[in-house]
Amino acid sequence: MSEIVKVEHLKKYFPVQKSFLEQLFARKMSYVKAVDDITFSVKRGEIFTLAGESGCGKTTTGRLIIRLLEPTVGEIYFNGADITKLKGEKLRLLRRKMQIIFQDPYASLNPRMKIVDAVGHPLEIHDLAKGKEKKEIVLEVLEKVGLTPPEQFTNLHPHQLSGGQRQRVALARSIIFNPEFIVADEPVSMIDVSLRTALIDLMLNLRKDLGLTYLFITHDLAVAKYISDRIAIMYLGKIVEMSNKESLFLNPMHPYTQALLSAIPIPNPERKRKRIELTGEVPSAINIPQGCRFHSRCPYKRDECSKKEPRITEVEKEHFVACHFIKS
Amino acid sequence: MPLLKIGSLTVDYRTSRGTIRAVEDVSFSLEKGETLGLVGESGSGKSTLGLSVIRLVPYPGVIVKGHVKIDGKDIVRLPEHELRFIRGRKVAYIFQDPMTSLNPIKKISAHFAELIRTHEPNVKEAKALERAKTVLKDLGIRPERINDYPHQFSGGMRQRIMIGLATALNPDLVIADEPTTALDVIVQAKILDLLESLRNAYGMALILISHDLSIILERCDRVIILYAGHMFEHASSTELHRNPRHPYTQGLLQSIPNIELADQKLAAIPGSPPNMLNLPRGCRFWPRCSYVMKICRTKEPPLIDIGHNHFVRCFKYSRGRAKS
Ligand SMILES: Nc1ncnc2c1ncn2[C@@H]1O[C@H](COP(=O)(O)OP(=O)(O)OP(=O)(O)O)[C@@H](O)[C@H]1O
Ligand SMILES: Nc1ncnc2c1ncn2[C@@H]1O[C@H](COP(=O)(O)OP(=O)(O)OP(=O)(O)O)[C@@H](O)[C@H]1O
Ligand code: SF4
Ligand SMILES: [Mg+2]
Ligand SMILES: [Mg+2]
Repeated sequence: MSEIVKVEHLKKYFPVQKSFLEQLFARKMSYVKAVDDITFSVKRGEIFTLAGESGCGKTTTGRLIIRLLEPTVGEIYFNGADITKLKGEKLRLLRRKMQIIFQDPYASLNPRMKIVDAVGHPLEIHDLAKGKEKKEIVLEVLEKVGLTPPEQFTNLHPHQLSGGQRQRVALARSIIFNPEFIVADEPVSMIDVSLRTALIDLMLNLRKDLGLTYLFITHDLAVAKYISDRIAIMYLGKIVEMSNKESLFLNPMHPYTQALLSAIPIPNPERKRKRIELTGEVPSAINIPQGCRFHSRCPYKRDECSKKEPRITEVEKEHFVACHFIKS
Repeated sequence: MPLLKIGSLTVDYRTSRGTIRAVEDVSFSLEKGETLGLVGESGSGKSTLGLSVIRLVPYPGVIVKGHVKIDGKDIVRLPEHELRFIRGRKVAYIFQDPMTSLNPIKKISAHFAELIRTHEPNVKEAKALERAKTVLKDLGIRPERINDYPHQFSGGMRQRIMIGLATALNPDLVIADEPTTALDVIVQAKILDLLESLRNAYGMALILISHDLSIILERCDRVIILYAGHMFEHASSTELHRNPRHPYTQGLLQSIPNIELADQKLAAIPGSPPNMLNLPRGCRFWPRCSYVMKICRTKEPPLIDIGHNHFVRCFKYSRGRAKS
């Protein structure tokens, strides 16, 4: 399988807004290290998932890749070409191939726009179709996302749809250019359980039918396990473990991954599991601990953990871990 | 006598667009020390049902029928001043959004002092604070932090403080409305452990409200499945997991991923939940049900006891008997 997306040593630091007095006395600027040196690639046709707790940098990574944010450091490749610095018309053309859908379909759809306009809007912006032609294309994509018969939906407004239907509209809009790559940022997190599976199935079918590749972002590891091919677990801006999902769930190696997996509720009252407890809370992304950034909570930490930062290494075939004590 | 006994409870919201029957004909009881889970999707009536127990259904909601007995006393008919003893002392409610019950301009100490001294006016301020510090310690929060304000805590810690406030007066029943929905799994597990340990230590009963069936099955003795205001199924967690009877429950169980299963195939439930202002006639699930029969489209199925304390509201089990 070829790589469709690759990022190398990607970093995004946001400067911290300070009050005037603080600025006056601060010796140096401080930053939120939202993404702090990550390297990975997404293979064509797969579903690659970024998972981890709130604030670990998943959304920032997704937005960097589709060039909605400028990286502080690092490179982004799309189909082998460096797109890190792309601008103007070239960036506009790239946007047709890379799309994003968000967690909250209310926020991402204009409440005053009819569905036909909301979905067809990108066609007009890119000067590709309008009027009747636009409508034809919209009907076609609505059909593809299971809003059938599509004629019944075109003249509705977002508030007249259920959450699941709204997310389908967002999906319809994202596939209107026949993109190759979609960043799906928590697309099912706000959707009720009874509608969630149908939406996931739809995304899986679209991948097959349209040859899509997804970067899937979720904090829900049970959903990640169901949908993904490969998963990267992030902690405070870094990838701590990355592998295909089978190996990640059968043999989680990083202490953080182990703790995360052991905390997931299992829908079986007769199954009692042993939980791996972590101490303390996630540190602030402004004051990332020295050494291994997980050491302040790690049940296995030793002296060197607070001094030296572990490098992410391939411990088994295609299974990467960043911990001093896990070696191949 | 059970600690809580609810019978034929029906709650309406009389809105300008029409009446929403958010809870309809709900009956169940809860013993001391028991944990009951209320599961349902958004809008199924979980919060409305929970709030009915302390008679705090918000305007324009009205309890139109039924009773809610706490230690045998029907709170639906109790005068307001007697309710004050029930709320907080006997039954504590942990609200869906912690910031609604924490006052941002008051220190944590003030929250505890006020709560304790309202209910126990003879307790001196210093004594109340001593007690509050012990509670914080139990929650895994350093007692010195009692002088901090709510915004100085993380979401998980705020939720723990809420639990501390709810349990400070040693209530017989705690109702926790989605106490962990906004939290990450690791914090979520800790909070649920905390509730469990408090329950074990003080023998209080717990009603846990969640849209997440996995959490409920993992944590509760018994489960009620709510759908559009109706109780669809009620059984012990083990029974519900082994023998789910209602087509909706079966569908739910097949649509939640379980990380312990290899190659799990999820099955989707077709359609979407009904509009509460325009419920389908008959069983409110029929448009989505793969077992739908002729009677389902016209008559409402009754809640049937199928043995082993297992209740189901579906015509498949009532041999065509409609609700009288
Ligand atoms: N525009 C911004 N300015 C400053 N800080 C930001 C900005 N966007 C994100 N951050 C910070 O960067 C870190 C990573 O945020 P990000 O949204 O990428 O996390 P996430 O993993 O998507 O979290 P969630 O699960 O809550 O969506 C957080 O500490 C966040 O507060
Ligand atoms: N104050 C109100 N005024 C009018 N209708 C209301 C009000 N509160 C709730 N409802 C309606 O009553 C029904 C049940 O709402 P309720 O909040 O009890 O559901 P819930 O199961 O707790 O949902 P969620 O999971 O979203 O918290 C819904 O249809 C809702 O729209
Ligand atoms: S009563 Fe009928 S429609 Fe309702 S769940 Fe049972 S079989 Fe399905
Ligand atoms: Mg995010
Ligand atoms: Mg609610």
